[in-house]
Amino acid sequence: MDTSADRIADPWGARTPYAPGTPWPSRTDTHLGAGIAERDVERWVQSASLLHSNGDAMDIAVREGRIVGVRGRATDRVNRGRLGPKDLYGWQANASPDRLTRPLVREHGRLVESDWDTAMNRITARTRDLLDDEGPGSIGFYTTGQLFLEEYYTLAVLARAGIGTNHLDGNTRLCTATAAEALKETFGCDGQPGSYEDIDHADTIALFGHNMAETQTVLWMRLLDRLEGSDPPRLVCVDPRHTQTARRADVHLAPRAGTNVALLNALLHEIIRTGRVDRAYVDAHTVGFEELAAMVEECTPRWAAGICDVPAAQIERAAEILGTAERLLSTVLQGVYQSHQATAAAVQVNNLHLIRGMLGRPGRGLLQMNGQPSAENTRECGADGDLAGFRNWQNDQHVAELAAVWNVKPETIPHYAPPTHAMQIFRYAEQGSVRMLWITGTNPAVSLPELSRIRSILAQERLFVVAQDLFLTETAQLADVVLPAATWGEKTGTLTNADRTVHLSEKAVEPPGEARADLDIFLDFAARMDFRDKDDGPLISWHDPESAFAAWQRCSAGRPCDYTGLSYERLRGGSGIQWPCTEQAPDGTARLYTDGITHAHPDTCESYGRDMVTGASVEPVEYRSLNPDGKAVLKAAEYLPPHEDTSADYPLQLITGRTVYHFHTRTKTARAPELNAAAPDVWAEISPAEASAQGLADGDLVQVTTPRGAVRARLRTTAIRDGMVFLPFHYGYWDTPAGHRPPDDGPGRAANETTVTDWDPVSKQPLFKTGAARVTLVARRASGTGARTETAGSST
Amino acid sequence: MTGIETTLRLLHDGERDLEQDLLAAAARHHTDHEFHHVALDVARWSREHAARLADAGRDHGLDLSGPRGNPSPGALAALREKASEALGRRPATGLLLLHDLRDLHLAAARNSLHWEMLAQAAQATRDERLLGLVSDCHPQTLRQLRWTNTQIKILAPQILTSV
Repeated sequence: MDTSADRIADPWGARTPYAPGTPWPSRTDTHLGAGIAERDVERWVQSASLLHSNGDAMDIAVREGRIVGVRGRATDRVNRGRLGPKDLYGWQANASPDRLTRPLVREHGRLVESDWDTAMNRITARTRDLLDDEGPGSIGFYTTGQLFLEEYYTLAVLARAGIGTNHLDGNTRLCTATAAEALKETFGCDGQPGSYEDIDHADTIALFGHNMAETQTVLWMRLLDRLEGSDPPRLVCVDPRHTQTARRADVHLAPRAGTNVALLNALLHEIIRTGRVDRAYVDAHTVGFEELAAMVEECTPRWAAGICDVPAAQIERAAEILGTAERLLSTVLQGVYQSHQATAAAVQVNNLHLIRGMLGRPGRGLLQMNGQPSAENTRECGADGDLAGFRNWQNDQHVAELAAVWNVKPETIPHYAPPTHAMQIFRYAEQGSVRMLWITGTNPAVSLPELSRIRSILAQERLFVVAQDLFLTETAQLADVVLPAATWGEKTGTLTNADRTVHLSEKAVEPPGEARADLDIFLDFAARMDFRDKDDGPLISWHDPESAFAAWQRCSAGRPCDYTGLSYERLRGGSGIQWPCTEQAPDGTARLYTDGITHAHPDTCESYGRDMVTGASVEPVEYRSLNPDGKAVLKAAEYLPPHEDTSADYPLQLITGRTVYHFHTRTKTARAPELNAAAPDVWAEISPAEASAQGLADGDLVQVTTPRGAVRARLRTTAIRDGMVFLPFHYGYWDTPAGHRPPDDGPGRAANETTVTDWDPVSKQPLFKTGAARVTLVARRASGTGARTETAGSST
Repeated sequence: MTGIETTLRLLHDGERDLEQDLLAAAARHHTDHEFHHVALDVARWSREHAARLADAGRDHGLDLSGPRGNPSPGALAALREKASEALGRRPATGLLLLHDLRDLHLAAARNSLHWEMLAQAAQATRDERLLGLVSDCHPQTLRQLRWTNTQIKILAPQILTSV
């Protein structure tokens, strides 16, 4: 039991070392509010984390109708009782006094309190007008990775078959789109190949742009426990910052931003050159090896060293470790996904596993990670730029199948082009062809790149913006209608984590005031719009979370993400369960691709793939001739220089990222006192050498400027590459006087004031980690004030 | 001049022009960010093609100039970018982009057919060097074609149906 130790100072808690191949010991983490003891808790209500993608199972402590704490679930396969700091403290945000409790509508330019009838009638009236006058293409939906499966599925049905729009995407575009796309490119279909249990078995673990210590604290605890146990795994880490994660690595590669493809191609080059290819696996399960080998033939470590500014010997050493691993686990996250050539790089990690035959066995795992708790559900349900159930928009059979499930005509579901991604939806709004944007559970006015542009889009008179959230976020302040939503602990639903584990999260307390579950809001909208199926029955026939889950199960049947063997009852009491879960696999499925590649056949696959440089769609005929038997595709990619390079005016590379204490735009975590106190304001990191070259010191107030805008922040010198500046992206304006924007004509606080509007042409994920900036002094640190240069997680 | 020489020259000029057209369109559509960036990336292919065709031309006694001197968009492009940022919110820019994509597609198709002619002639004359050049470059021209086609497919429904 690890109870209420200071998990701000030590985010990972005490070690429980274990040996390879043995189960990870449990450790139950609990945190209860001040003055509350376990005996005071009246009820424990089952749930799972909503503040990151790890899927840590927990019980919510309830007393007198209020949430008073949380306790990890020791029976759960994901966390064995452990919780990270965001979960231990974050629940307090539910009871914040500034929760939205009534709908707001804009009157004479100001948001005023209203009631549900008025607010919903405004939305339906605008929807009907737009459908009559401009057609379904004038309506867009921008959702999140933080609702529940039942809610995304309902939203996907009402948007695609009710409204008939192609414009539905999630903020998962910012966090997980490249994971999904890389899996589609390689395996023909989304679906995480590996399992967290691969950490228990691996002899080598490689982390590509994944600061696991801060983004998935509990997974990092598991890895730390392996490192402290007997026969620990070797660790390879790719990250331009010398993070806590990097400090534990046997080899730490810190490349220039935007050069991942060059580095990975060199690693592949070395593995092929040294004869560490599993030919039998390659022959049996892949196509494209010759093309890949030809592509990386010239990509020597020396060549990559010149591009990445990493010593060639280090690349060789990393390749040696990867090439000699018997049980290799790789994880990939934002250092790859939000950087130049995102998909091309993520796919090379897939290629590494395929050519080494490192798939589908304990310890031989591949984890293309997510950033958000239910990002996986956004993807499955087709609320993230795909069709529900991983169905292929280019495959008429798939569209017909989906139309049958929804009982609509196939032509009702837009499938003449790929579902529109978020950045394009905002472009259409900018140009004026999207006239209504319904935003649920996300805060684009802080999280999208180039914020001055995003604010000006959202503020347009001609654009009707609906914001559905817990708080009056920066985005909500620009909306025409604001709907108060219930959140975690106040509603029931399921969520699926990054290793396909499905958890049930039950309602523990009532939402504040008139706030309503997102599902109820969507069902209300569908009822008011009176959406019909092709037999004139109601398009959406379900009425609560459990019936919505049942509807989704029918949609998932026979697809890779098959939920038919699950039920709320099965998810109560024990551990979360990994999909696919069917009659044949009633206990779920630990690993995909244990017997070869199963979802890449031209008739089955979710995608025929895209060009790694241009994003052009591969046509069905072309895919069929390339990959008739549905093997994994070894997709080669050439390195391209980043689109924005450094210059005399902007000599530093700019990357943005996260701290262990905050989630997204701090809407919840800044309202938990311990988390807010741990990282209350924005800072900028550069290396000590870079600082002294510019005459800067820790604690100085600096300005980070790019062609888009500027941010003012206190300086921290940390172990980051020279020639690079780092900004955390969490900070916005809701807790500043200006409310939703920087002070008049002044520099801002949100890192995205400075980021470039550019996205990966393949996954359409914005590139927050490829830009150029300069750092200048604004004011010296007041003498005598101590500059905090080191805390457990945030400065490292 | 033989047919091969004429075709080399036409293709060389075509790749040279396509690079310039891509750079100009990238500048014109600065606020269509994906188009802008990818246009600059694939312009690089045409630039390489023009340079390699100029080399190949020498083998055939041709004096081809290769790509134009300035690979980055110049002052005119900077002006165009400013203009495109100012006008980027108007729906009409969508239609302009579609038409630019169409013209780029047609120019790439013209180049592709010239590559095809050269490939056939190289096989007939067993010209290994020319065949090597074509098999290096023609796939990239086809990628330019698929890209413009995909972009048109994605954008046309929205741009042509919005009021």
